[in-house]
Amino acid sequence: MYFTKELMDKSSKMARKWEDEVKKAVARHADQKDDWSTVSSLPINRLYGPEDIKDINFEEDISYPGQFPYTRGNQVTGYRGRYWTFRMFSGFGSAKDTNERWHQLLDAGQTGLSTAFDFPTLMGYDTDNPKARGECGKCGVAIDTLEDFMVLVDGIPMDKITTSMTINPPATVLWAMYCAAAEIKGVPLTKIGGTIQNDMLKEFIAQKTFMCPPEPSVKLISDTVEFGTRHVPKWNTISISGYHIREAGSTAVQELAFTLRDGMEYVEDVIKRKGLDVDEFAPRLSFFFNAHIDFFEEIAKMRAARRIWAKAMRDRYKARNERSWWMRFHTQTAGCSLTAQQPYNNVVRTATEALSAVLGGTQSLHTNSLDEVLCLPTDHAVQIALRTQQIIAEETGVTNTIDPLAGSYFVEALTNKMEEQAWEYIHKIDDMGGMVAAIDRGFPQMELADAAYKFQKQIDSGEKIMVGVNKYVIEDEPEIPLLEIEDRIEKEQLDRLNGVKRKRDSKAVKKSLGDMRNACKKAENVMPYCIEAVKNLCTLQEICDVYREVYGEYRDPAMY
Amino acid sequence: MAKRRLRIMVAKPGLDGHDRGARVLARCFRDAGYETIYTGCHQTPEEIAAAAVQEDVDCLGLSCMSGAHRFLFPETVKKLRELGADDIQVIGGGIIPPADFQLLYDAGLKGIFVPGIALDDIVKWIEENIVPNIKD
Repeated sequence: MYFTKELMDKSSKMARKWEDEVKKAVARHADQKDDWSTVSSLPINRLYGPEDIKDINFEEDISYPGQFPYTRGNQVTGYRGRYWTFRMFSGFGSAKDTNERWHQLLDAGQTGLSTAFDFPTLMGYDTDNPKARGECGKCGVAIDTLEDFMVLVDGIPMDKITTSMTINPPATVLWAMYCAAAEIKGVPLTKIGGTIQNDMLKEFIAQKTFMCPPEPSVKLISDTVEFGTRHVPKWNTISISGYHIREAGSTAVQELAFTLRDGMEYVEDVIKRKGLDVDEFAPRLSFFFNAHIDFFEEIAKMRAARRIWAKAMRDRYKARNERSWWMRFHTQTAGCSLTAQQPYNNVVRTATEALSAVLGGTQSLHTNSLDEVLCLPTDHAVQIALRTQQIIAEETGVTNTIDPLAGSYFVEALTNKMEEQAWEYIHKIDDMGGMVAAIDRGFPQMELADAAYKFQKQIDSGEKIMVGVNKYVIEDEPEIPLLEIEDRIEKEQLDRLNGVKRKRDSKAVKKSLGDMRNACKKAENVMPYCIEAVKNLCTLQEICDVYREVYGEYRDPAMY
Repeated sequence: MAKRRLRIMVAKPGLDGHDRGARVLARCFRDAGYETIYTGCHQTPEEIAAAAVQEDVDCLGLSCMSGAHRFLFPETVKKLRELGADDIQVIGGGIIPPADFQLLYDAGLKGIFVPGIALDDIVKWIEENIVPNIKD
């Protein structure tokens, strides 16, 4: 037991007295509302006390920073050694436009880069594909060939700055471009660091950027894990993401459970398909969570996430290396919590969410800009978002001590609740035969659809509040300045792509694509062939067309 | 004469997969008693127009979060008109800056809905503005 019997006896006596007082007080003056729950509709008690955490096992549940199960963080020195990485997600227009913003962000004190690609790039299409019309450069940077990529990383010290790339179905191709660019710039693969998102399971569940069916998609991911393990040891080859699951409408528990179960699916596939030992690759797995508006629920979720992963890696997969037990994660504040109405209020939401991520012990953070609910952010809005992180890190004092909320009756009880409910989902998915099987039957997709619909109904009825949307509304708001992506970007990108197609060695292109096709058919690791193909200026789509041809295309089952 | 049930299609043109809004709306329309068809993500304007005609819908709701609505919405209306479907009313929603509203109205959209609007208000708008096509 966590407390002595004497204390528990005293506490329950005092609790009874308090409960009597509450009854009287409520009879005199009723509570403002009946339902007190998190944004995910998890019921919250009026008060938490010793009774709520009496079953905690200190060693197995709380422990110390840098010690199993890492509830209190991976780093023994907390944020005193270094703050989290200030990593703002950015990308728009052409490679040149994005490169300029990157230099601006690095000059402003940002410590890592994070790339947003436009939809054609995300889906593995070139700018000249009819399906790409109207999309070029709109919500990320357009990349067709290695030539674009060289412009993107121009002047970026690839051996010093780590770069994250939000790319999923064509992750092999963009990572191949990064590797090829490093080689051209004389930086060995052992020196480059960064992350590719490369998490296809959450695409089928939530974000719907997909190309091939789940099974071959997981195979390509295992290829990157294997290649990274052998040749690019500082690279995080997957960022197992709950962010998009949450944005698509899940609850906090669903985000936690589906993300961790996705992670387990990848671990199992790499072990089975590649024959790697879990400790060879698990230390490079990374995660990505959402920091939503419900402050304590998010902190509890992040603390529980580290604990569940550590237990799963130690007990379920028998990992022996401590680094395999670590869950390292990036966090982004919740885009879906922001409002188009009274957009300056979004600064406050983002600051609160960022604070929860820091108190939850994130290693890396993106803060959304106040205008992102309307368009890609303007320079000024991005600066405020970055400054939000800097104020939290350097003014508020929250980084002075590690995991300051540990031991709080409420936070520990909520952390336990998160863990317990997440395991229930994880076991349910195990029983279905794993995540690919669960996706095939639409289980996580429908869980999200239900939660999203319920939340919208709660907003519409006023049961949950969004300030400026269903309460404290003002009519005729003044407009704020917005970033416009000019339509000329598409024309310029088309010209550039045509230029590359004219000048490249078409024999080398054909050979590279043939080699890719053979590798896919023989179930070889595609990465070495992919690097060769991008160096020979095969386009993104040409390589992805090989995947589509060999593995088939996935179509949205359109469930609602 | 009894009014027949309204037939509505929710569609996602373009490459953007942010379908939370589209799926919530599809369910809302179903609950409102409409015959509802949801196309799923990644449809071209041509595919959507053909499906809308094939399904003989009264109203087509387009959802786009990527900023490509300036091209995709007018293009879908154009494809519908090319198929002679002048009677299908088109509405749209998503991340659409107010500055683009006029361009979309000029292209033939009847209504534009942006974040923050309640589901009931959308249904009410449809009740008031969309009349089922009586052809048979």
